[in-house]
Amino acid sequence: MSTQSRTTTRPGEPGPGVGPSGEALGPDRAKVRSGPRSSLRQRTELTILLGPALVLFVGFVLVPIAVAVYYSIYKWNGFGPLKDVVGFGNYRRALTDTVFLHSIIHNVIIAGLSLLIQLPLSIGIALLLNRKIRGRTFLRLVVFAPYVLSSAVTAVMWSLMLQPGGFIDHLSKAVGIGAHTWLADIHIVLYTIFVVASWQYMGFGIVLLLAGLQGIPSELREAAALDGATAWQTTRMVILPLLGPTIRIWIFLSMIGSLQLFDLPWIMTGGGPANASSTMSTYLIDKGFHSYEFGYGSAVAVILFVICFVFALLYQRFALRRDTQGALTRMVR
Amino acid sequence: MAVLTATTQPKRGRHGGGHEAGPQSALGNALAYAVAVVIVVVTIVPLLYVFLGGFRTTAQINENPSGLPSPWVWANYKAVVTSSSFWHFLLNSAVIAIIATVLTVGLGAMAAFALSRYVFRGREALFALFTIGLLFPLTVAALPLYLQLRRLGMLENLWGVAIPEAAFSLSITIVILRPFMRAIPGELEDAAVVDGTSRLGFFWRVLLPLSAPALTTVGVLAFVTSWNFYILPLLVFNEQIHFTLPLGVATFQSQYSVDTARVFAFTALSMLPTLCFFVVAQRRIVGGLTGAVKG
Repeated sequence: MSTQSRTTTRPGEPGPGVGPSGEALGPDRAKVRSGPRSSLRQRTELTILLGPALVLFVGFVLVPIAVAVYYSIYKWNGFGPLKDVVGFGNYRRALTDTVFLHSIIHNVIIAGLSLLIQLPLSIGIALLLNRKIRGRTFLRLVVFAPYVLSSAVTAVMWSLMLQPGGFIDHLSKAVGIGAHTWLADIHIVLYTIFVVASWQYMGFGIVLLLAGLQGIPSELREAAALDGATAWQTTRMVILPLLGPTIRIWIFLSMIGSLQLFDLPWIMTGGGPANASSTMSTYLIDKGFHSYEFGYGSAVAVILFVICFVFALLYQRFALRRDTQGALTRMVR
Repeated sequence: MAVLTATTQPKRGRHGGGHEAGPQSALGNALAYAVAVVIVVVTIVPLLYVFLGGFRTTAQINENPSGLPSPWVWANYKAVVTSSSFWHFLLNSAVIAIIATVLTVGLGAMAAFALSRYVFRGREALFALFTIGLLFPLTVAALPLYLQLRRLGMLENLWGVAIPEAAFSLSITIVILRPFMRAIPGELEDAAVVDGTSRLGFFWRVLLPLSAPALTTVGVLAFVTSWNFYILPLLVFNEQIHFTLPLGVATFQSQYSVDTARVFAFTALSMLPTLCFFVVAQRRIVGGLTGAVKG
């Protein structure tokens, strides 16, 4: 958005010394740019500057996706020539496979739980911690720490604690919940993974929200207090609306994170038992990679890609559009 | 984050200021401390549990999962530290993360410079192209990427992990760096041109040093992302000698599932570099990771 407004000048105009960002370019540079020699020179410089990044980006981001679309219409085990065209057969198979559909539902459940549980909890904690309490810097450090760990390490760590008769069982017995097979019970396993994911990722969100809270001028709270607003009213009518942009970015990151959840279920359960904790990504790797069904796997990858893409665009269009600040609004314009 | 705090926290005398005022304040503060304690406990106990577990024997752990080491055993840590695989994993992780970071920051800065301070046809289209990478995470593209790497003969190769990681980090890097470089005043560039410097010279001698804070942010982002990455090494590497630390930990757990105590020690040691790095560079890391999404 902000980019759009900045770029009303058409790119490529050799022009009257006004850069696309609206800042006036010096007359010298405008002069430097005219003339065939300097234009050749500019082209050379641009090639040097942009070439390597473009090669990497096209070769390892765009081409793989494009090729996946091509593979997806074949039945192909990854070896030998591509000759068995099945058209949309792979897509039809994926969208009628109950395991895949359940995987999508699992992702949606995780995303929904994040919105319903993590978000209110994170906002509440951030509001509480946004006070002048002692040891705030230390607290922020601790809260953030799990986020920098590799999720693979987190998965192993929690697997160790969640072993039957293990540490978590001891704790849950002590508080009266009783022992469960946390990772082997098809009714519990997805929620166990959600708790572990919350342990790892909530701190990041809290720190993000704290930063957002600190951007709200204290005058506004003081003014509200002067007008006789209670603490709750101030929070609800003044603080939360102003925190809106941060909350919307939180939601965006959380949803994208939920859609791509892979490491935790893959390492802790392998998507099991009985696919009860499978996600779209674990399904993809399981089918495409381990069963050597690369044509089918490519079709699944394309579906995942479309889901992420559509979500990101829609979210940007309807939610982030209002925010004039923040990298995300610029990123996904 | 800490940096942000320093700049955004108004430093005027607040008489108990803002919504903290009023009779609820004492209650609120008590609640805040209580919540803080709970958070610290919930965060630290699992970490502590793994570190302490490494000092126990498997028999001790089986007998009482939530006990303390008695007696303290050093054998597990010693076994891990003296095994070559741990150091292999560590080295591979470091090499891959450094390659990915250098490529991301280097190529990203060059591209951002061209996209921010040159005027040419198709510039915005090119920028839009780079932002596509933000719309889907690498995890989604893992399988297509694996097939591409196989075509290029880059499997079982550290570059085969580092280069795609860099390619996927380019989007966020360019998105962060471009406005930053654009905001640097044009007069500086004019002065450099008058002094006889070429534009590339200006980029190298003036713009890059001035962009140091933003470069640090994207560098930290690229390094942490690469260091922790699991799915791509999982697909690309088959031979254990190439494994990175996250992949190594996950594999070690399934290989030595009988020797629980050693898995504890291995897991604990693999967290140590990350946690040390985090404590030393926490301002940069927290500021970089949260700043990246806040813009």
